[in-house]
Amino acid sequence: MSKVVSYFKSLLLLELLGGLWLTLKYLFRPKYTLMYPMEKTPQSPRFRGVHALRRYPNGEERCIACKLCEAVCPALAITIEAGPRADDGSRRTTRYEIDLFKCIFCGFCEESCPTDSIVETHVHEYHFDQRGQNILTKPKLLAIGDRLEAEIAERRAADAPYR
Amino acid sequence: MSTMIHTLSSSNPLMQYAIEPLHAALQSFGTLGLLAWIVLKVLAIAVPVIVTVAFYVVWERKIIGWMHVRHGPMYVGWGVLQAFADVFKLLFKEVVQPSVAHPVLYRLAPLLALVPAFAAWAVIPFDAQVVLANVNAGLLYLLAMTSLGIYGIILAGWASNSKYAFLGAMRASAQMISYEIAMGFALVGVLIAAGSLNLSEIVMAQAGRGFLSWFFIPLLPLFVVYFVSGVAETNRAPFDVVEGESEIVAGHMVEYSGSQFALFFLAEYANMLLVSFLTSIFFLGGWLSPFHGWGIPLLSVDGWWWLLAKVFFFATCFIWFRAAFPRYRYDQIMRLGWKVFIPITIAWIFVTAMLVYFGVIGGNAMGAAA
Repeated sequence: MSKVVSYFKSLLLLELLGGLWLTLKYLFRPKYTLMYPMEKTPQSPRFRGVHALRRYPNGEERCIACKLCEAVCPALAITIEAGPRADDGSRRTTRYEIDLFKCIFCGFCEESCPTDSIVETHVHEYHFDQRGQNILTKPKLLAIGDRLEAEIAERRAADAPYR
Repeated sequence: MSTMIHTLSSSNPLMQYAIEPLHAALQSFGTLGLLAWIVLKVLAIAVPVIVTVAFYVVWERKIIGWMHVRHGPMYVGWGVLQAFADVFKLLFKEVVQPSVAHPVLYRLAPLLALVPAFAAWAVIPFDAQVVLANVNAGLLYLLAMTSLGIYGIILAGWASNSKYAFLGAMRASAQMISYEIAMGFALVGVLIAAGSLNLSEIVMAQAGRGFLSWFFIPLLPLFVVYFVSGVAETNRAPFDVVEGESEIVAGHMVEYSGSQFALFFLAEYANMLLVSFLTSIFFLGGWLSPFHGWGIPLLSVDGWWWLLAKVFFFATCFIWFRAAFPRYRYDQIMRLGWKVFIPITIAWIFVTAMLVYFGVIGGNAMGAAA
């Protein structure tokens, strides 16, 4: 008997009409879409974007070539060569390269750095238009750091109470 | 259109001052003029259909977007012109032909899909007397033309010489044949009720007490079966196992690119619009006002705008179904077609015949004939 009842119920298409009603309600809902280039989602100060090498306020680079970041990097994206600097003989990197194709933006390099030198900035909108541009060399990293130092410092200060 | 000119020349100023002189002028050129007249008549239907399809695609993307809580296209001319951008993209793309495809049939298939989809429009009455060919067997012609469309799909699948395309074509043929039967039976009910094969007369048989005398009330099961079968015939969701983009990519269209794909696309959407028109004409009184004969000023006036409003509703339903329903499994499609729709239509044909026999519906045409 229940089989017969359910057969005639299915002929009334009640469940299908319910589905149509649901989609009709969604038709008039406010939309979630973010108009990306015009509006952007809020970003955490911990956001991990493209890398930068920072300097001290006196202009001296922070990196001391300890190679902790190279050791901790799970994707083997960082390559460092070190040696004494020509003018004062202090230990510095002669080569500091990050392959952005290998990098997984885990932030371990940032965490491991004893001098807060290598950081990941908030910048995530960048592109390469030529082969080889995926390798961030030391001058490039320092340039990014110089350009964004104010923002980097501001975001790290904002995050400091929670660390 | 020649019959239409003679009946309308006195009443319609457009006919009297524009179309009829043009016809006369072209006739003075002899055979060439006749040819030009025929081409003009074809364009008079085909161009509006193509333009409507373009905007229909935009409307589909908008509606589906809104039902997904998205915005849909909104950049090319505020989204309205998106379809034109897509069409030009398709037309400029390279037409790639698989080396193992059948050289002739592969090129013929898109045309075979498109031609019946457009040819069927010849007998659609848009308003009283506004029909390209007011033929008496219009409904038979429609059934013949819509059945031909499947040849394009089968040939496309077979000529592509590809597994997925062939699977899609097999599914399409089985599905379209199954639902054609239910569709035909649903139309038999309309025939009994209207007593005519002429589409204009079918509409006029529904005149009388406004929407209360439209066929969708006495023929409600046939109305539902017809529209759902129409959705299945055009291979739209939830009956889109033919295309099944998550299983067989695009079915019979998988090997087609560029303008050939555009032809299939155009045929599919022209068919959707056609089914919307036919459902409105057979069951919702075509161009008749829902308040026909009620004597309300403005609202009681019949006209093509009522037909377009009804078509707009059904065309939107196609999109709505696509946004709401998951795809039917293949055996469920077959079960629905053979074990549900066909028995229902046969039973309701009997009921309709009884209703007509006892004079409950269809008084006009049958009474006039008797």
